Amino acid sequence: MSHQGFCKRIIPCLDVDSNGRTVKGVKFQGLRDIGDPIEMAIAYEAQGADELVFLDISASHEGRKTLVDLVKRISHDLRIPFTVGGGISSLDQVLALLEAGTDKVSINSAAVRNPQLIADIASHCGRQCCVLAIDAKRADQLVDGRASWDVLVKGGREKTGLDALNWAKHAVSLGAGEILLTSFDRDGTGDGFDNALNRQLADALPVPIIASGGASGPESFLHAFQDGHADAALAATIFHDGHWHIEDLKQVLLDEGIPLRV
Amino acid sequence: MLVEVLHYGGGNVGSLLRALERCEIPYILLKGTIDGTFPTGKHPVILPGVGAFGAIMQGLEARGFLEPLTQVVTVEKVPFLGVCVGLQVLFESSEESPNVAGLGFLKGTVRHFPTDFEGSKVPQIGWNYIHAQQENAPEGFVYYVNSYFADPADANVVLYASEYQGTRFCGAVKHENISAFQFHPEKSGAFGHDLLRHWFDALPVEVLK
Repeated sequence: MSHQGFCKRIIPCLDVDSNGRTVKGVKFQGLRDIGDPIEMAIAYEAQGADELVFLDISASHEGRKTLVDLVKRISHDLRIPFTVGGGISSLDQVLALLEAGTDKVSINSAAVRNPQLIADIASHCGRQCCVLAIDAKRADQLVDGRASWDVLVKGGREKTGLDALNWAKHAVSLGAGEILLTSFDRDGTGDGFDNALNRQLADALPVPIIASGGASGPESFLHAFQDGHADAALAATIFHDGHWHIEDLKQVLLDEGIPLRV
Repeated sequence: MLVEVLHYGGGNVGSLLRALERCEIPYILLKGTIDGTFPTGKHPVILPGVGAFGAIMQGLEARGFLEPLTQVVTVEKVPFLGVCVGLQVLFESSEESPNVAGLGFLKGTVRHFPTDFEGSKVPQIGWNYIHAQQENAPEGFVYYVNSYFADPADANVVLYASEYQGTRFCGAVKHENISAFQFHPEKSGAFGHDLLRHWFDALPVEVLK
């Protein structure tokens, strides 16, 4: 039985380096080149990806120019929406990326340093363009009597002192249109998404939550939607390594009653 | 054989233009008073929708498009395609910009999705199904980004209906020479591109001479 209504989303994520190549972190060995981002993007669209996210992991000056060129080429060929993030720190950078053809930008550390950036993006480009990325790590202490997660920046190296839920609420009030929520504890583990985290934000916020970090097989996605109440789920390795073809993954989830586009 | 795309400033129409190129639909960009190019009545017209209802109406007025657009669409009956807010401005008014009059080519108003219940998420962002309300309209999934939807006075103009959080809403209209999509065909994969191409291929031959 196929679904005929509003859908949850499956989103592959591609890390892109300063040479404009898709790369993958390998433990203790640095980064490995795994392909051309445009070829991979087209292949994921054909597999049934609902959106794509490209993260510039170099976030360097020369990488920035490569990224804008890459975005132009992606928007020429790709027929589904995509988001670009990684080191974005100014409205000018956002405008250049949107002009080049991205549909949304994701901001992280710069929004923590300067929350006004969220409001500036929302007022110039619309809140639907403005995705706030949060890297969250489970905290020992409670906040307002509930479980809490610390917001980390600089790839998890630095604590901000912010509570993830409170930060997300503030960001949404400023104009964030979606939250890309990555569990620092689960990222790269394959242990499943942190659904206590996902549910806490998904139930409290009037914008979509994209669950990220910890994806493994279909059951991890099932739990992200059913227990985590996520609106979308993002993964990289399981798709890049070919462990799961998106079409097959979606069919399994659809059979479990998750509303998806197939 | 080409289409005229109105560029009224403010937003980025690049995504839609790329889609027209992928569909092999030739187009020219009209910039109104900026470069003296206006709808001619010789070609179909596309109105992309970027920005708020009020901002688009202001942009159309500032670029000198209001009068020629009204003439070619309502008098000369040239084929017209609106996309996203380009659908909404066809109507008379919108809750988004209460003091701004729309084009009024179709009777009705534009309303905000209800938010007065727990768990409400607005805007709608993502893929949804379009249910055909007229004949010869293929069904499938399309990508929406919208907080507002059109509420036509005449239900017969609705080409597609979708449902979001319990609200059934107008996903597309088709009435005589006027067509419009609330969703983004340019972001809706192969199916969205088929819909654009289908609109183009179904144009009456005489207007393309």
